[in-house]
Amino acid sequence: MQLEQQLRRSLEKKEILLMTHIVLGYPSFEVNREVIRQMVENGVDCIEMQIPFSEPMADGPVIVRANQEAIENGTRVSDCLAFAAEMTASHDIPFLFMTYYNIVFGYGEKAFFERARECGIKGLIVPDLPPEEGESFLRLAAENEIAPILIFAPTSSDERMRVLASHGRGFIYCVARRGVTGVKSVIGAEVIEYLGRCRQATAMPLAVGFGIQDRDDVSALIGKADMAVIGSQTIRLVDEKGAAAVGPFIAGLR
Amino acid sequence: MERKGFFGNWGGAYIPEVLHQTFEELNDEFLRCKNDPAFWQEYVELMSTYSCRPTPLTYAENLSRHFGGARIYIKREDLNHTGAHKANNVMGQGLLVRRMGKKRVIAETGAGQHGLATATMAAKFGFACTIYMGEEDVRRQRPNVFWMEKMGATVVPVTNGSRTLKDAINEAFRDWVTNVDDTHYVFGTVCGPHPFPEMVGWFQSIIGLEAAEQILKYHGRMPVRIFACVGGGSNAMGIFKRFIPEAGVELVGVEAGGHGLATGLHATRLSGSDASPGVAQGYKTMFLQDGDGQMKETHSVAAGLDYVGVSPILSDLWEKGRVRFESATDGEVMAALDLTMKKEGIIPALESAHAFVQAFKEAPQLTPADAIIINMSGRGDKDIFTIAHAFDDPSWKDFIIKRGLEYSRNK
Repeated sequence: MQLEQQLRRSLEKKEILLMTHIVLGYPSFEVNREVIRQMVENGVDCIEMQIPFSEPMADGPVIVRANQEAIENGTRVSDCLAFAAEMTASHDIPFLFMTYYNIVFGYGEKAFFERARECGIKGLIVPDLPPEEGESFLRLAAENEIAPILIFAPTSSDERMRVLASHGRGFIYCVARRGVTGVKSVIGAEVIEYLGRCRQATAMPLAVGFGIQDRDDVSALIGKADMAVIGSQTIRLVDEKGAAAVGPFIAGLR
Repeated sequence: MERKGFFGNWGGAYIPEVLHQTFEELNDEFLRCKNDPAFWQEYVELMSTYSCRPTPLTYAENLSRHFGGARIYIKREDLNHTGAHKANNVMGQGLLVRRMGKKRVIAETGAGQHGLATATMAAKFGFACTIYMGEEDVRRQRPNVFWMEKMGATVVPVTNGSRTLKDAINEAFRDWVTNVDDTHYVFGTVCGPHPFPEMVGWFQSIIGLEAAEQILKYHGRMPVRIFACVGGGSNAMGIFKRFIPEAGVELVGVEAGGHGLATGLHATRLSGSDASPGVAQGYKTMFLQDGDGQMKETHSVAAGLDYVGVSPILSDLWEKGRVRFESATDGEVMAALDLTMKKEGIIPALESAHAFVQAFKEAPQLTPADAIIINMSGRGDKDIFTIAHAFDDPSWKDFIIKRGLEYSRNK
């Protein structure tokens, strides 16, 4: 089943979906495995798994450090693909890859999409690949039935949003504010107005990420968006309290 | 037809969506400036009153005699205000920022020359200024940090990754996506997303425009070869651009050979075989990276050449065979620097000294009818700590020890 249909089916039962984020190989695949198990058992609807890159330009300090340590620990792209295959076989929710374009480019776009498809990956988020540079990427995504997730930002004009939406599949990732990941976002009037513009530009589900950290943030998005994205916060939690703390945290978000 | 912002297979604008709008504005403004002869005039005027343009072309008589071959000319970018070619790009972008109405500038810096030039420009134009510099480079280039701070800039040491230039670029981008509305990122070299390679190359092209006129005046014809060091490639593109259509002029880019190509501790992208095509820091070029696309650590005695990528314009000229690439090791650089100081009383920056190494290797094979130009991108006296350290100079060490004791006694 395609990603958007899968999310729509979940949305029939829930007011808002949850997507979580992990950095593959950080602190280890073993911990990744346990964290994902806890996330799924506590009702997460979708998981983006970041393949680490040495130059994570759009990420904030927490995820930057996780990327760096994952690479220092010896995490290879091939390990990430194998781990993804294991996760999609074990859990019945959609899994996405998030990474930077050089990882896909280095692997070979065609080979990457084919392998990601074999691994059961449903979507791909690449924050440094605007559609203008992604002609072959978007074509291969369509051929392999992997949703290319495009990103809206508060700086995107209405017209730009429509262009982006015309290339995106699955859902639109709405960046809640200017800046990098991991800094608290306040879901105030400005964000609500922006999400209204996002809604006008596309019929696809809207996910909202960057600085969504707690139950209040998630409930503030109900009715305004379809999915809340929790990123740096679970990495912080695992760093501080270990993998076992993830389950209760996720359960308390809705 | 070439894709927008591409030079052959290289370049592009691989930027996060949050920057899309600001790049549209930047592209528009740059195009307006490029098509407006009055803008270039204003730029040249500024550079000839605030900096030292046109910089001289010095005939290196003693070095020429020493090698007994080509007549060696040196383009003196070291005589720019702030001591390097970096001022050309920075003052140009300063004019652009003023036109766009932004109030704050940020920049990355490796050797500190670009940071220093940006801090200077910000002071002159009244912009707030933050400079990102790898922690490792802050340590290596303390005097530049001192001057940047004195001119009112905030210097932020970057502790991520390899703590050098590429990490400073990432951090500057993170600032930019956060403060995009009022901030312009003064990119320091002919790399990064479009339009930076073209724009920085345009401002730097003033070097070659002057050099062509000067060499014709002094030598009566075009040089046979031009040598320039290549980190990101801005001084090289600056002097090369005017000469690209001159078929008889061979263009030679010299990269950092570090401890030698075989050791892996170097920053040679185009002269060795260690680099491969990649996309990072907003553009596609030849990067020093592993099989997965993770960037490697680089090494050079010269912080300004210590970089994983290289200008997409140079990758294109390399692929088309228009620019030949060579490398110089740290050891060769120190020897060339020593010789240049002794013979000519000129102190090239460690970066620039790479170009001198290759010119010295080739000069003896040429004749006095042939002129060669070395682009001296910057002056070396700012490197006094690094150079004194590399020479292992005993009297300098003694001075530092005594000064250190004096400071710790007064604490």
